[in-house]
Amino acid sequence: MSLGTVADFASWVLLVAGGFFFLVGAVGLNRMPDVFARMHAVSVGDTLGAGLLIAGMALQSGPTLVTLKLLLILLVIWFTGPVATHALARAALQDKLLPLVADSSGKLVEGDPETVAPRASARPANQETESSKP
Amino acid sequence: MMFVAAILAVLAALILTVVRALKGPTVFDRLLAANSVGTAAILLLALFGFMTGRPEFLDIGLLYALLNVIGTLAVLKFFRYGSLGHGGEEEAET
Repeated sequence: MSLGTVADFASWVLLVAGGFFFLVGAVGLNRMPDVFARMHAVSVGDTLGAGLLIAGMALQSGPTLVTLKLLLILLVIWFTGPVATHALARAALQDKLLPLVADSSGKLVEGDPETVAPRASARPANQETESSKP
Repeated sequence: MMFVAAILAVLAALILTVVRALKGPTVFDRLLAANSVGTAAILLLALFGFMTGRPEFLDIGLLYALLNVIGTLAVLKFFRYGSLGHGGEEEAET
């Protein structure tokens, strides 16, 4: 078994696994109950799925400039994805959207603002708490 | 052939994401889906470039990655302050 065959096999495994996790993220985006749970589902596809797909492609291109560009794309995805999701969650809380929690019988109800998002509930609408320090 | 399999998986994920973007009850659902569509587009561009043996597509993918995050943050800022011309956090007190 030559080195090329091994690399091809590894690429297959990585690409199929990456496609699987990306698909799982998209299915979770449709089946999760509220925005915050959906963010959690999407992050699987955006980090693990994209990472595995790009690793599979990098194995095919070898140590060239193409691999460097692939890693650059992966770096951008990995750093900007969580930043965008964080901003999204903050904006959703600011908009008085609260995460769903399970009550004692296991039914999904809107969480108590005091426990689910104490900082968001403490601040009045359209006002910052952190920025008040000079 | 391996790239075709990956492209099909990403395309299926893209369809599911667009479904959520169309029916999402809140604007944040739609934004989350839009962000995910952006990631899917980047991966599709890269995979398509590899499938056709033209890795130049990676440059376009890199550009899309940078545009994606700027677009999401801009829309979020718009929904938070009602305009894109708002200053930093310090001005939020006024």
